[in-house]
Amino acid sequence: MDLSRRLFIRHGVATVSLGIAAPSFLTAIAEAQGIRTRNLVVVYLGGGNDALNTLISYRDGAYYSRRPSIAVPAGQVLQVGSDAAGQPLGLHPRLGGLLNIFNEGRLALVQRAGYANSSRSHFEAGDIWGTANPQSSTGAGWLGRYLDALPRPLDALAAWNTTAETPRALISGTSGVPAIPNAGSYTYASPNRGVAALQERTAAQTMASNPANGRPHLAFVNSTARGAIETLDRVALATSYTPTVAYPDGGFADALQTVAGAIVRGIGSRVFWLQTGGYDTHASQGGAGGGAYANLMGALGDGLWAFYSDVRNQGLAGDTTVIVFSEFGRRISENGSAGTDHGAGGLMMVLGGSVRGGLHGTAASLAPGHPTLENNSGDVRYETDFRSVYARLLEEWLGVSSVPILGGDFRAGAPAIF
Amino acid sequence: MATVNSEIDHLLRRAGFGVSALDVDIYRDMSHTRAVDYLVDYEGRPDDVDERIGRPDHALVATRDLFAPDIDIDDARQRWIFRMIHSRRPLQEKMAMFWHNHFATAYSKLAADSGERQAAKMLAHKPGALRGPQGQIELFRQYALGNFRDLLIQVAQDPAMLIWLDGKSNTKARPQENFGREIIELFTIGVGNYVESDVYAAARVFTGWNLRGSADYRQDEYGDLNAYQEFVYHADQHDTGDKTFSFPINTSGSRTIASRSESAGIQDGIELITALAIHPETGRRLARKFWNFFISEIHAPDPAFVESVTAVYLQSRTEIKPVIRHILTSPWFTNPAMQFARYSWPAEYVVRSIREVGWQNFSVDRARSPMAAMGQQLFEPPNVGGWPLGAAWFSTGTMLARTNFAATLAASQKAFLAATVAPLAQSPQALLDALLVRVTTAPLDSAPRQALMSYLAAAGSWTGGDEQLNTRAAGLARLLVGSAEYQLV
Repeated sequence: MDLSRRLFIRHGVATVSLGIAAPSFLTAIAEAQGIRTRNLVVVYLGGGNDALNTLISYRDGAYYSRRPSIAVPAGQVLQVGSDAAGQPLGLHPRLGGLLNIFNEGRLALVQRAGYANSSRSHFEAGDIWGTANPQSSTGAGWLGRYLDALPRPLDALAAWNTTAETPRALISGTSGVPAIPNAGSYTYASPNRGVAALQERTAAQTMASNPANGRPHLAFVNSTARGAIETLDRVALATSYTPTVAYPDGGFADALQTVAGAIVRGIGSRVFWLQTGGYDTHASQGGAGGGAYANLMGALGDGLWAFYSDVRNQGLAGDTTVIVFSEFGRRISENGSAGTDHGAGGLMMVLGGSVRGGLHGTAASLAPGHPTLENNSGDVRYETDFRSVYARLLEEWLGVSSVPILGGDFRAGAPAIF
Repeated sequence: MATVNSEIDHLLRRAGFGVSALDVDIYRDMSHTRAVDYLVDYEGRPDDVDERIGRPDHALVATRDLFAPDIDIDDARQRWIFRMIHSRRPLQEKMAMFWHNHFATAYSKLAADSGERQAAKMLAHKPGALRGPQGQIELFRQYALGNFRDLLIQVAQDPAMLIWLDGKSNTKARPQENFGREIIELFTIGVGNYVESDVYAAARVFTGWNLRGSADYRQDEYGDLNAYQEFVYHADQHDTGDKTFSFPINTSGSRTIASRSESAGIQDGIELITALAIHPETGRRLARKFWNFFISEIHAPDPAFVESVTAVYLQSRTEIKPVIRHILTSPWFTNPAMQFARYSWPAEYVVRSIREVGWQNFSVDRARSPMAAMGQQLFEPPNVGGWPLGAAWFSTGTMLARTNFAATLAASQKAFLAATVAPLAQSPQALLDALLVRVTTAPLDSAPRQALMSYLAAAGSWTGGDEQLNTRAAGLARLLVGSAEYQLV
């Protein structure tokens, strides 16, 4: 079904008349690019998520002995069954929203995701997850290379970054991804009104269209100015969306709501980047009942549940896949500040109406000396290469060959998330 | 007139925040070397800028109920923007910003830990009315061109840093790696020059480097404003064992900090900091950052520059002032190809535009939210790595925030601009020329220049009357300050 038809059916005449120019324009672009109506929403948990307290191996005695003040009591975890190795697991008690999605069979939990010799530096590790290359933390990112591989001309809104800074993953060799952290203020201001303001906007657009031959850095800044002017009207369409559920308070949920608006309004974006921080829990991360980590989990689970429910109510859950990851897991033993330091293997989560839910991979056994550990049994050793999850997303969701984009074949052993 | 000559304009964009009309008289007859000395030897200029807050011929600050920059973070931001606009020591403010990014510490974590007022005080307290140590930004002003080793020691004992990187809870039973990692990875030698075991050893070095509250300190919003937290060395929390590193610790080449008694254990930290400060890779890392900050972000650091700056840094025993003087007088700096070869930070952009367009009845408070939308909220870097610099400042959203700030500023200066350019604006071309003297962009190609002329032609037949000037001078200022060419410095 084409975009304008879907908009028409789902929202009736009012919506279509609101975006009267956009849908037909977008349909043409979508057809030219061969884009299917498949949305990828990437959620980065900045700082290094403590995966062991997200998905809890609550029968592992070492989990409790090594985390005396931050372990979640077995009786409080939200049980999700046992993994392939028979290890019973439970979600953090504040992840009730994710439990709902899991119980619907639409949340895949990929345990011990990572890579060999995991970087413990936030910046290097974050860049490695972005480039999808543990040997290089510079250059274009995996989603940027995906955008590079799409047919030209690429819609200026093909991807939408909800943070102010462009993350490594979205750095592209050919196109700047619009950063729209606050869609509500994504409007054009002028010191004048009326015709003078319109003339000024025309002049600004002409100036920004200058190719600036011989000055690529100037051409780049021009491209951001031009991209802003060209995308203003469609972004306004996304922000006019009224959600079907109440989203919780907070920047993360606000960003999810805007993404839902962009998806439901069909403005043409297919890849969305969201980021939520505070995961660098070196101190006072708290246990089950409260504290910093519980608040992080609450914001994550409640936000994602609102988003999932909203797009499902719109009949678009099957068109939407969300991937959640962080740059590394954390140390197994808590530190003296009732927090955890930088570790290795982490947890990836994939959810959506087309996702095959369940537990993938096996939990680490946390007693010192076990082969699922590394760094003198301080950290969790990775089991699933994170790039195999990227490969499956690229191949089976975005419908492109993963090998050139990832610079290698990582399809073997990829968890069956679709 | 707000241009001296291309050489001095370049110097003031880099070592300051651009050329205001008031600067022209100061710098008109100076050679480049003399101007560098004038900027670098800023102790000769009065540090009177805070006393000028509220004076009528200056930008305004918003006073909600009381202007309290020592304990209110938004007022602290206002004070800093005001200082960048009006300080007689622009290089000091510029370097304070450099160190704020290098030792990036964010208010929000401090506020969650100690409450909003104590957090603002830890970052921005200027000693005077209140008791307690100076705020972190005052430390960066004090050491703006000071000794880097000494600055590292001060930072390691800075209350804001002890909370930000969790040093306050670093004890021998459970060493805390956060500060130990970042002082190696980000503050000194950098990735590729250390191994993980160095981080674990550094964490042990700083065990016992903690924080204590004054007797009247309470961890809530209603405590006495005179209360404070300060660095304390808890000898009984210090790990007294040997600590071995992958790099030399002293001049004899030993890689081990030998065991010390608890009472002498604070020397471990001084020894490690000194080793890190005099490590050549620290010199190179700073040199590369200075290249991007002062020379260019579109040319990769010249290896000869890096080695030359590193040599000055090491010879001067980690003094920064000779390093900066060396850089600003070097052929790399004065190379005309380096003009407009950097992407302005939002603070640089906002302050320069205010200094060039005008500040009549303009409150610096109006720059705060736009700066956040541009990606740089002062005292709130995104993480300990600082802000992503260079091209990373620019995206559709941040560029829109920049152009919209240009609109806000131009709208606020309509009458002032019209009056200022009236004697010069006999024709559209003359108006454009007059504004281009005031607002200095990277060279404009003919296409954007033509777009500006078309914008003026759209006003109809040119009269140069009030109505036309009010509209078109402001519109032109908005187009110039919001142009891509203006974002480069």
